[in-house]
Amino acid sequence: MKFTLSWLKDYLTTDASLEDILAKLNAIGLEVEGVENPADALAPFKVAQIISAEPHPDADKLQVCKVSDGASEMQIVCGAPNARTGIKVVLGQPGDYVPGLDFTLGKAKIRGVESSGMMCSYRELELGDDHDGIIELPDDAQVGQSFVDYAKLDEPMIEIAITPNRQDCLGVYGIARDLAAAGMGTLKALSDVKVAGSYKSDVTVALNLPEDRRGDCPLFVGRKFTGVKNGPSPKWMQARLKAIGLRPISALVDITNYVSYDLGRPLHVYDAHKLDGSLQARIAKEGESFLALDGKTYTCNGGETVIADDRNVLGFGGIIGGEDSGCTPETTDVVLECALFDRVKTAMTGREHGINTDARYRFERGVDSQFVHQGMEIATQLILDLCGGEPSEAFEAGAVPDWNHTVPFRSERVKTLGGVDLRGETSVAILERLGFTVSGSDPYTVHVPSWRVDVEGEADIVEEVLRIHGYDNIPSVQLSATDHKAGTTLSARQKQARATKRRLAAVGMHEAVTWSFMKRENAVLFGGGDERLVVDNPISSELDCMRPSVLPNLIEAAGRNADRGAPSVALFEVGGIYRDDSDKGQLLVATGIRAGDAVERHWESTSRKVSVFDAKRDALAALEAALAPTANLQAFDEAPDYYHPGRSGTLRLGPKNILASFGELHPRVLKALDVDGPVVGFEVYLDAIPAPRKSGAAKGALNVSNLQSVERDFAFLLSRDAKAGDLIRAVRGADKAFISDVRIFDLYEGKGVPDDMRSVALTVTLEPKGETFADKDIEAIASKVIAAAEKAVGATLRG
Amino acid sequence: MQEQISALKEEITARIDAAGDVAALEDVRVAALGKKGSVSELMKGLGRMSPEERKEMGPALNGLKAEVAEAIAARKETLEEAALDARLKSEKLDITLPVLDHASGSVHPISQVMDEIAEIFASLGFDVAEGPDLESDFHNFTALNIPPEHPARQDHDTFYLKPDANGDRKVLRTHTSPVQIRTMLKEEPPIRIIAPGRTYRSDSDATHTPMFHQVEGLVIDRDTHLGHLKGTLEAFLKAFFEVDAVTLRLRPSYFPFTEPSMEVDVQCSFEGGTVKIGDGNDWLEILGSGMVHQNVLEACNLDPNVYQGFAFGCGIDRLAMLKYGMSDLRAFFDADLRWLKHYGFRALDLPTIAGGLSR
Repeated sequence: MKFTLSWLKDYLTTDASLEDILAKLNAIGLEVEGVENPADALAPFKVAQIISAEPHPDADKLQVCKVSDGASEMQIVCGAPNARTGIKVVLGQPGDYVPGLDFTLGKAKIRGVESSGMMCSYRELELGDDHDGIIELPDDAQVGQSFVDYAKLDEPMIEIAITPNRQDCLGVYGIARDLAAAGMGTLKALSDVKVAGSYKSDVTVALNLPEDRRGDCPLFVGRKFTGVKNGPSPKWMQARLKAIGLRPISALVDITNYVSYDLGRPLHVYDAHKLDGSLQARIAKEGESFLALDGKTYTCNGGETVIADDRNVLGFGGIIGGEDSGCTPETTDVVLECALFDRVKTAMTGREHGINTDARYRFERGVDSQFVHQGMEIATQLILDLCGGEPSEAFEAGAVPDWNHTVPFRSERVKTLGGVDLRGETSVAILERLGFTVSGSDPYTVHVPSWRVDVEGEADIVEEVLRIHGYDNIPSVQLSATDHKAGTTLSARQKQARATKRRLAAVGMHEAVTWSFMKRENAVLFGGGDERLVVDNPISSELDCMRPSVLPNLIEAAGRNADRGAPSVALFEVGGIYRDDSDKGQLLVATGIRAGDAVERHWESTSRKVSVFDAKRDALAALEAALAPTANLQAFDEAPDYYHPGRSGTLRLGPKNILASFGELHPRVLKALDVDGPVVGFEVYLDAIPAPRKSGAAKGALNVSNLQSVERDFAFLLSRDAKAGDLIRAVRGADKAFISDVRIFDLYEGKGVPDDMRSVALTVTLEPKGETFADKDIEAIASKVIAAAEKAVGATLRG
Repeated sequence: MQEQISALKEEITARIDAAGDVAALEDVRVAALGKKGSVSELMKGLGRMSPEERKEMGPALNGLKAEVAEAIAARKETLEEAALDARLKSEKLDITLPVLDHASGSVHPISQVMDEIAEIFASLGFDVAEGPDLESDFHNFTALNIPPEHPARQDHDTFYLKPDANGDRKVLRTHTSPVQIRTMLKEEPPIRIIAPGRTYRSDSDATHTPMFHQVEGLVIDRDTHLGHLKGTLEAFLKAFFEVDAVTLRLRPSYFPFTEPSMEVDVQCSFEGGTVKIGDGNDWLEILGSGMVHQNVLEACNLDPNVYQGFAFGCGIDRLAMLKYGMSDLRAFFDADLRWLKHYGFRALDLPTIAGGLSR
């Protein structure tokens, strides 16, 4: 909502400075978004007079003028056709900035003749579109006077943000009322003019609405005018409209726009000659259409509230009028509409057809239902004042809706809800200044004025009181202490997520946060793309589907980093993926990738590329941080198909519960994402990890033996198809009482080992219990190890 | 005999001094004290002596043996020291060579700020609640007193999923406020929660991205009022920005789900192109808040005549930008390694009240 300071002062008598008014607007909830004063840019320009104008010696269209600003004379070369001796002009001198040209004046030679300054056109000063010649000022302009002072341009334009509840401040009068209530001055009364019509209008209105849709247009008041003159509106009105960014069109149209911003009262005028019969409000039929004032043709879906004549739809009620029934400079007879339209219906129709107008904006927020007749009379007077003509008696259909909204108000609620200790009388006085009437004693009955459709309950009344009393007066109070138990702020899962992030950062990965949505093709590559997860109105086709995995985002990020010269990356993200659109379809997943070198070239070591085992190690680190029982996990070589089929796997708790997948990304997937490999990645499904059982902080007693443990090495030959994991599990299980650890320290395939076999060398740690091992004890355990390895994977001890 | 002992001692001492290394010294030891060594041989003669002779020679021979052993030990230590010195001299490395770093990754500023916020509110007795990103219309709008025709719905630039068979369509939650609803429907007051998470609106420029992060706060009990809201926000912002004091400006505003509603500005300065929270002559809009609307309480089956409380919502990304000085929100989501390394936090920078929130 925009308005100028002088416009505000039409309704507010005040001595307050602009700064005070701005501060108060903020304080009462009318947030100041900006203040502009055209005078700021035009301060240096002066009124001057052309003393002589001679033809330029070397140019047909230029003149050499002598110009006086009262103090001195200067020579200016000018190309304007209207430059001539004696006229008063607007002068800019060297050093002055000309806003319309985005240019600072200097001394120049134009076709060999010195020129110091410029006489400006309206367009050059951004005061209009007129560029046919330089500005000619009337005689009352004083040579040497500041142009800003002469043209009364010192007019601050204030823009405020209006929250959706405050339609009463979508008119300047409402803003003045709020400021007056807040002590910024005195509110002036609105005109209560009543124009007596001299004849009965031949055009009338009917509300042809079914019983259950009466509320769409409960009241329609109109008046006909004959013999009006629809020229340009007066300068003062044009200036105000321009100041708030509206384009003056013609007196009649400008009046409707002006009243809309002045009083928050939308109006419409029809050219009476273009109406076929009388007006009616009715429900649109599907397929009816009209050319609207915005130049577009709208076809009704059926069900909209329209204003029509006997033949055609003219416009959407409360939203937009029709071009064919609109006013032109030739219009002489008009019909003025001042009506009420339903908030919800207006909003719905406006949204359905994508029309945003000042009228819709006000109606959908709730126009004052008790201000229809007075609004119409004020508009009538304006039309008569500016366009002349003969008014008819008013005609109308429907009735003023009942307005009797009261709210019970316990004054203590200002304290118990708002925290401010105010006496009841103080609250009542504030409410009365805002136009509420208050009756009874505490608890009071507050009668809500008809322009405050937003005030529904006691909390709204408290807000009104606090708002005017000042939110600054709200004291700062601490919440009472509670018996909140330490460590209960985060849920178990939140703790898992937090620990996982910190752990992955500790192993050298960088946490990224990427979009929850992605290109649907990418989603499809990763098992997603379900119709239920497609965004209906995406911001771009690159972000049109909820992600089934974070991997593609991280892989693409790796690609972007590679393009920037960083091909080796380790990235992770802990965030949601979406299996379906239900609450349970969103899973929390820790996802990571590594690309490029796992170990970069360095004098201390040999470099190597990332491998599936880096991803497995990362996955295990994440799982361990998330308190998954990592010792009990089994690696399966089945994994989702976006991984390399031979270099990927899953980590499971039992055969079904998949806690993680990991692997080298499939080369075809990388190609589709346009990223060079190898890239390895993992996904840890945090929701699949069983909640850790915890009975207390104590860790249980530590049982350690004083006896020295013993290590024994075994080299087994086994088929290449046999799994090392199975071998380890079998060996570890060979004698659970004594075997505490099994490690693979060497793998060998090649010379000395049959083609389809490999050699796996293990070291087994034996922990004695009670007494040290005798040789025969160790021999017995070794036999069990060999037997178990044979049984589980067909391994034979290498000779 | 005495002369013999003296001569032998002299001879052995000379050989000890002449031994150039530990191996040569060992030879000297064996030649003197070994089973057939010169000293041992003399000792063997003791048995053949008369008691008087033995009484005299015994201590003399034992003295010789001890002196020789001592001299050998002393010489051995000297030789070992010299050998170690020589070895160390040969083992010099260029310690200016750069080493392979321990891997060090980083935690994203959004995670860090979420952890900071959780830490602050933990000390005020709050729990951290969560809700899904894909929300029902009920939780995101209707229960928050935003009926279908409400103008506020248009201000939200909502993303929708495709309608299901019943014509219902899920929204990508436009704020974290639906977690208020989920919490009130599930839990009995008193309630104190914060709800950080991802939110979505169709918007894109330097300070708006189609996905961003908010944190919601909700307190419901029987007597919490606007003063408590102000006190809580002051405590939060003071702790978060790690300053001695903050000055808040409360401005009346409108949110469908609170009444009274207010926007909160914090006093700051913009000197030298950076924002400094805590003093100065400017105001920075930082969050929206208010007392939970009666209709919202009723939608959650809470009696507004019994229960009341406050709610607030704040942009996490914005808090991060203000505190840590990033200027472009879009970079938060680009996973540029240079940005992550610069703005990210070490794994061990876990914010605590005792140890401080920022590094």
